Amino acid sequence: MAAARLLLRSAALKASLSDVSAGVQSSTAGGSLLRLSPSCSLRLKTQKRHATHFTFYPDPVPTNYGPTTKMNLFQSITSALDNTLASDPTAVIFGEDVAFGGVFRCTVGLRDKYGKDRVFNTPLCEQGIVGFGIGVAVAGATAIAEIQFADYIFPAFDQIVNEAAKYRYRSGNHFDCGKMTIRAPWGCVGHGSLYHSQSPEAFFAHSAGLKVVVPRGPVQAKGLLLSCIADENPCIFFEPKILYRAAVEQVPTDAYHIPLSQADIVQEGSDLTMVAWGTQVHVLREVANMAQDKLGLSCEVIDLQTILPWDKETVCKSVVKTGRLLISHEAPVTGGFAAEITTAVQEECFLNLEAPITRVSNDQLLESGNDELITDVVATLVD
Amino acid sequence: MLPFISVALRGAAKNKVSVAVLSSRSYASFTPQATFDIKPCEVHRLDQGPPTQAVLTREEGLKYYRTMQIMRRMELKADQLYKQKIIRGFCHLYDGQEACAMGIEAAINLTDHLITAYRAHGYTYTRGVSVKEILAELTGRRGGVAKGKGGSMHMYAKNFYGGNGIVGAQVPLGAGVALACKYQGNNQVCVALYGDGAANQGQIFETYNMAALWKLPCIFICENNKYGMGTAVERAAASTDYYKRGEFIPGLRVDGMDVLCVREATKFAADHCRSGKGPILMELQTYRYHGHSMSDPGISYRTREEIQEVRSKSDPITMLKDRLINNNMASVEEIKEIDVDVRKEVEEAAQFATSDPEPPLEELCNHIYYNEPPIPVRGTNPWAKLRSSS
Repeated sequence: MAAARLLLRSAALKASLSDVSAGVQSSTAGGSLLRLSPSCSLRLKTQKRHATHFTFYPDPVPTNYGPTTKMNLFQSITSALDNTLASDPTAVIFGEDVAFGGVFRCTVGLRDKYGKDRVFNTPLCEQGIVGFGIGVAVAGATAIAEIQFADYIFPAFDQIVNEAAKYRYRSGNHFDCGKMTIRAPWGCVGHGSLYHSQSPEAFFAHSAGLKVVVPRGPVQAKGLLLSCIADENPCIFFEPKILYRAAVEQVPTDAYHIPLSQADIVQEGSDLTMVAWGTQVHVLREVANMAQDKLGLSCEVIDLQTILPWDKETVCKSVVKTGRLLISHEAPVTGGFAAEITTAVQEECFLNLEAPITRVSNDQLLESGNDELITDVVATLVD
Repeated sequence: MLPFISVALRGAAKNKVSVAVLSSRSYASFTPQATFDIKPCEVHRLDQGPPTQAVLTREEGLKYYRTMQIMRRMELKADQLYKQKIIRGFCHLYDGQEACAMGIEAAINLTDHLITAYRAHGYTYTRGVSVKEILAELTGRRGGVAKGKGGSMHMYAKNFYGGNGIVGAQVPLGAGVALACKYQGNNQVCVALYGDGAANQGQIFETYNMAALWKLPCIFICENNKYGMGTAVERAAASTDYYKRGEFIPGLRVDGMDVLCVREATKFAADHCRSGKGPILMELQTYRYHGHSMSDPGISYRTREEIQEVRSKSDPITMLKDRLINNNMASVEEIKEIDVDVRKEVEEAAQFATSDPEPPLEELCNHIYYNEPPIPVRGTNPWAKLRSSS
């Protein structure tokens, strides 16, 4: 692992990092078409706002699901919801401001197309939204609830963990709320501050009965969301909000399903296995490319996609091959889901491991209100 | 002649704004105070509401005007800085609702307690934080009120508990603060503010129950600006009589665009609490000119005409200004003088907020825990030297 660590340290993306910041600087300056007071424009020259800390790696155009259109991530979500409302007459969508299209525009046009009795706003009451969703689902309809930000999901924690997750088990399979899917924008977006940047997947990964899914881009988002909606278990679908507009791919217009609990090997390699989900997949792909260029190391990058129940087999097979594992996520490292993966892999692959498993994350608040500090932390992450 | 001049000079020293006026008209010719008829409050479970007349002195009037104008200008500056991408992230502006913050503060003491939601800039100012520190917090600079680490929703001052980003979460905290006041027997009250959107959160009803059960000196104030984000109140609430929604808690519905109405109602509510009668609920009917946050243009769910009508017919600052001028309590020149002064203060604050340095990296992990000596914090790699100290 020393080698792996070394590669991450010495591949020292310092050079490329400064490239990134330089690029962003110039784009900031280019974007400053607004008229500024002299004091402000002075400030702008020295400003280094980082618009993004990663490069999005689009998937190849899918060929097996019919015609495709160019969509970003929020449009692919809309497309999935559109397919669902069209094919399933019991499906309803509700949440805060979803009737107008939602704060991230994921439900744009759906109310007009399917009626206000199927796409409707709720009051601001997350516990109520999820409780209501469980009721809708247990009565046999397809409930798609939106929590406006993953950070707002905690008032609904009780309903999700104690009611939704355990309904089937505690009723001896008489009742279940498998037709409920909860969607929530998730993860770091940059300048999102404390309550708009969190990645709470690990909290829910502790609760058997739920499925927790995070897509890495538009194609995956649509296929996985449709699988969540079709799945007979309550699912939480976290959408990396930074990708809503930043990620653009050719997405099939028809409905299709990408299986849950199946990790996706996005890049094959032989020296090191790297696991992530959501935005961090793209960060690791960038790192893998750098490791290849600068150190001649071949990294295998795995997108876990489903956090619970997760695909242990794919990860373990890869570790058997490479002997090394690195896991990275945006959520805090202590008690993060990487800890679960680490333990499981060392149980299964102890004799195959050539180095300690490494987690790349931190305990500091990526969601700090301060942009510059976030950028510094993210820079360390890539570093 | 000499004593005359000295009187005039004393007046000038006492009230800076009158200096410019001296030449055009005599200080003594202003009406020192006037009584105004104000809109009666609708009441719930109360035999009698607040008075329907309010006395306003010239000093109070000018002070209210200045404070409200600062809040207005500060928010407009924040809007501008946001559009220049100098302020980033989430930012909720208070313009239009100034009479609420001013009226409440004019009726309670700074030793009383206040907690509000994410539309916090106005209260941060009335609680004694300078425009400089507020704008610097918005731009994430070292001189910000939360050291540049909190941002728009997270501002604090003595007896001001924030600034809270989660809808409705601050209300139970407010009741807790009120419990502490009661326990300590210090005759203080706590004002717990929330919006019409938050009024539908479950934890608010839990709090009503506890506050009434234990007769806590808590003034619940619902600032009803008619839209919870993009949803009009009628679409979100089964009852829009927010002042009645505490059911067993007495309530007042107040014209939140009139600073005097708010002041008189809050005085009434504070007396109610201080006399040991338990909590009281106030609904302030107000209006926000900006959208819910900066990503909301504010016109997709309401018309430009609606906003324009409120601006022209019931703007809180214009209403106060007209009262002062029409009753000979202040001159037009004097008001202009204040406006110029306010603009200057906000402009200087903006200059500070755009030139003050960012907090240093060592500051990043501080204040995670209370600890002495500093504890290491796990970074992204084993070599990261992050530490927390408080």
